[in-house]
Amino acid sequence: MARTLIHAPATARKGEVVEIRTLIGHTMESGYRAGSDGRTLPRDIIRRFTCRYNSEVVFSADFYPAIAANPYLAFFVTADSSGSFTFTWEGDNGFAQTESATITVT
Amino acid sequence: MNHTRPMPDRPRRLLLASAVAIGCGVAWRPAHALSDVLSAVLRKYTGGAPTREGKVKFDIAPLVENGNTVPITVTVDSPMTASEHVQAIAVFNEKNPQRDVIVCTLTPRVGRASVSTRIRLATSQQLVAVAKLSDGSYWTHTVDVVVTLAACIE
Repeated sequence: MARTLIHAPATARKGEVVEIRTLIGHTMESGYRAGSDGRTLPRDIIRRFTCRYNSEVVFSADFYPAIAANPYLAFFVTADSSGSFTFTWEGDNGFAQTESATITVT
Repeated sequence: MNHTRPMPDRPRRLLLASAVAIGCGVAWRPAHALSDVLSAVLRKYTGGAPTREGKVKFDIAPLVENGNTVPITVTVDSPMTASEHVQAIAVFNEKNPQRDVIVCTLTPRVGRASVSTRIRLATSQQLVAVAKLSDGSYWTHTVDVVVTLAACIE
């Protein structure tokens, strides 16, 4: 399991646009670098990030090797109902990780 | 005699004309002329639809000290309502091994069309951020960056 950092507000007013910041520990090996033996290291990246809000996809992103190691992503979501955010990262070599955060909307 | 216009009038006129021509030349060239590579990439992404400069703001340091992790923010001017919103934000580069950087898919529930991330840059180059709006139009912002320490790609 990769380490993740998620910054999402625990509470929000209805209709408020909140910022969500996510970071996941991953080397994002580009597939263009040579290892110590001179051979190109195989690509190992996270290819897709999805954010679901109460199980509906609100934001998603496709990553390419040009994304820096430990992918950081910040975006906004309109808080319209209490519930949970589910963050999913999927990538090469069967990488898959899901984290969640809860939000109370008043 | 009234036909006494001095001879040097002609060089002066030439000088004025060339000054105007140079001035126009500078004015005609857009601030960020899109490179051929990026034009082709954009055409492929939009499926041939025209793109326009504007609405998109691509925030990146013009002088990048470390190409391994370069913070970027792309913001699009949009009300983000069900009828008028940004559907996708993409970033492309000119000289990395691969043209794509990131492609984000947005929904009206996002509320504000703004995305931040950190990218790799192999060398000094041009980057373009493109937004696809719900009315089918594409808007871009092109930036040129100078990279002093390149991301390791070799």
